[in-house]
Amino acid sequence: MSDETKPTSGIARRDALKVMAAAAVVPMLPESAAAAPAPAPASREPLPLLDEPQRPVRRKGPRGTPSDPVLQVAKADWPMKLSLRELTTLSALCDMIIPADAKSPSASAVGAPGYINEWASRPGGDASLVRVRGGLAWLDRESQARFGTRFHLATNAQRTAICDDICYLPKAKPEHQFAAQFFDTIRDQTATAFYTTPQGWKDLGYIGNVAIPKFEGPSAAVRKQIGVE
Amino acid sequence: MTSRRSKVAPQYDVIVVGSGAGGGMAAYQLSVQGLKVLLLEAGRDYDPVTETPMFQTPKDAPLRGSGNADKPFGFYDATVDGGWRVPGEPFTTAPGSQFQWWRARMLGGRTNHWGRISLRMGPYDFKPKSRDGLGEDWPMTYETMAPYYDKTELLIGVYGGEEDLENTPRSSPGVLQPPPAARTYELLTKQACDHLKIPCIPAHRAVLTQRQDSARLPQKLHPGNPLAQRVLRQSMNQRMACFYATDCGRGCSIKANFQSTTVLLPPAMATGNVTLITDAMVREVTVDKDGRASGVHYIDKLTRVDHHVTAKVVVLAASACETSRIMLNSRSALFPNGIANGSGVVGKYLMDTVGAGLSAQIPRLEGLPPINEDGTAGIHMYMPWWLYGEQAAGRMNFARGYHIEFGGGRGMPGPGIFGGLESFTGGAYGRKFKEEARRYYGSFMYFDGRGEMIPNEDSYCEIDPVAVDQWGIPVLRFHWKWSEHEINQAAHMHKTFAEIIDRMGGKVQGTVQTDGSKAIATGGSIIHEVGTVRMGSDPKKSVLNEFGQAWEVKNLFVTDGATFVSNADKNPTLSILALAWRSCDYLVDELKKGNL
Repeated sequence: MSDETKPTSGIARRDALKVMAAAAVVPMLPESAAAAPAPAPASREPLPLLDEPQRPVRRKGPRGTPSDPVLQVAKADWPMKLSLRELTTLSALCDMIIPADAKSPSASAVGAPGYINEWASRPGGDASLVRVRGGLAWLDRESQARFGTRFHLATNAQRTAICDDICYLPKAKPEHQFAAQFFDTIRDQTATAFYTTPQGWKDLGYIGNVAIPKFEGPSAAVRKQIGVE
Repeated sequence: MTSRRSKVAPQYDVIVVGSGAGGGMAAYQLSVQGLKVLLLEAGRDYDPVTETPMFQTPKDAPLRGSGNADKPFGFYDATVDGGWRVPGEPFTTAPGSQFQWWRARMLGGRTNHWGRISLRMGPYDFKPKSRDGLGEDWPMTYETMAPYYDKTELLIGVYGGEEDLENTPRSSPGVLQPPPAARTYELLTKQACDHLKIPCIPAHRAVLTQRQDSARLPQKLHPGNPLAQRVLRQSMNQRMACFYATDCGRGCSIKANFQSTTVLLPPAMATGNVTLITDAMVREVTVDKDGRASGVHYIDKLTRVDHHVTAKVVVLAASACETSRIMLNSRSALFPNGIANGSGVVGKYLMDTVGAGLSAQIPRLEGLPPINEDGTAGIHMYMPWWLYGEQAAGRMNFARGYHIEFGGGRGMPGPGIFGGLESFTGGAYGRKFKEEARRYYGSFMYFDGRGEMIPNEDSYCEIDPVAVDQWGIPVLRFHWKWSEHEINQAAHMHKTFAEIIDRMGGKVQGTVQTDGSKAIATGGSIIHEVGTVRMGSDPKKSVLNEFGQAWEVKNLFVTDGATFVSNADKNPTLSILALAWRSCDYLVDELKKGNL
């Protein structure tokens, strides 16, 4: 909306992936092969002339690099790192933050844990992954210690007792500081996941992103409600 | 649009370097007047009609479309191979200087993603030194430029109002398109500004709110030129009016907003007079023994082969600093300090826009019923500078003005939505969180000041003595310093925003800075960098005459933001376009007279 929107920071994810992929294909030579005598050098084709393009040059359209991705169809293409056990705990927490109600489904029902996995697993996102994993492990241990069961198997009242302790960093006890930071992170990411879905848009009453012939501004009733008429 | 490589170098009339606002306008104006143009673009070919992600939602993108170092303004931003860094093409900053340089490497350059805010410079803006003794005057007046502003607005399509305020001139009747209706938060802001005696009026943006009159405009803009009329009519017929959805920063596949690739290059190519070469990184302007520009060297980025092409005239529009870089790297026995740089002014007087912002939460916007507030995906209203009288009377501690852009409301929920909501709700979660989200959604706003920076001796670019980019071309090193005028102006912005927010009954988010150095954005970060090859009336103090023609090399022209003498608070693109048009009219005339 501004002339120039604010930048957000990040990483060259595909660069990192390329390095990982290259490392993965370095062949491991078995001992015996390494010890075998080197074969005689084979005759080679001459090198191609460097001034000529080696394959047809594509001058149009996206090149699929990090700074020129294909925008029309795009998905996260990095490996997901959270285990099924972790995702189970995470789902329970997402639904404590955004449960189903009369107006919309719960966060897990629209795939919030999958998005948080994508976010925490992103190349360069090591600090996020540590926070999410550490927090999930803490959550299960805390539940075990207090109620003798893992977080997702605890009753709603029991889960609420834990969440109440960690839901607001300024009021969290000293021993809950990390857990409160973790909760804050998961709440932000759950909201991002949920409110960017069609169900989340509907819940908030976002009705844009549709072509309309004329832009008319707010109705008389709304103008009256905000006090400008 | 075709892109070809030249096997044999044909004789061109003009080589245009760069295809953004200045280069796109040059390619269009020169080709419709019958000149053979070679258009060189350092980035890849790009087609907004097929490539723009219209209607795609955050959910369709990795990480919900949030930005990263490769796509700083978000996954869907139109910018290709650019942003705050360009792969393989670094720049440096001198010790103690902070400067950011946004570039794009694509056909159409930065016009594909810009904010489309199109404000005219006013009468004061062309003669700043005459008014307050600071900076330098332009070699022409507003009255000279007004017809070119009219024509440019008609060509590209600009919406706006009929207000005629001090140094905020109105366009001639019938030039502008109708402005879109104000949104809720814009109405509330205007109400507050009315109380504070701050004008809040329809913004001017290069977006069509109705289709262009293709039967009438081509003849009006190009009288007596059937070729120009034909290609422009065809181009205007392909442009739709805005349908009030999807962010302009992604580009526009229905050609409702202005970008060089939808408005200038299609008619230019349709003349048959333009040869376009993309991935062509120009590094040097060559000169003949008489000191005239003979052509340019460019590197084909896909083959890494260096080419030399020739023409009668060279037009540089590579973006302000890139144009300086090419000129400074064009050293020869005749021009040891860079082509046309006997004055030593090339690279000097680099300017950006002064920026400072403040966010707010507005209770009166809470809990509204569903309203579609996408609009033109940019500002519908803004506040032009209003304290000229106070400054003239010596009652302000900074010399130049700023305007205010603001936004908010019920926009498309994206990544980061409700981050920080816990400070309003005491850490709500569960059903309470959903209720609070419904209540607060749409109640947040931001205010951004965009102010004039006065050119100074300490803000400039030069060739780094050591560093080169991956093409072996020496890179730029930036020097940057704000003066007290800009610092004090930034503090005044914060004070004003706080007054407006308070009047609206809102709550400021963050800190209202009384020390402007804590409010002001980093130099270059507003992406309005201009100057460095300024025009003027004195060849000892400027590089170009009022037509963008180099004093020392009469067949070398500059048509991008590098020509700017000052940087009024008015966003530069509209002025770049109008100045480029005027330069091209002069160029064609001189070429016809045999003077080039």
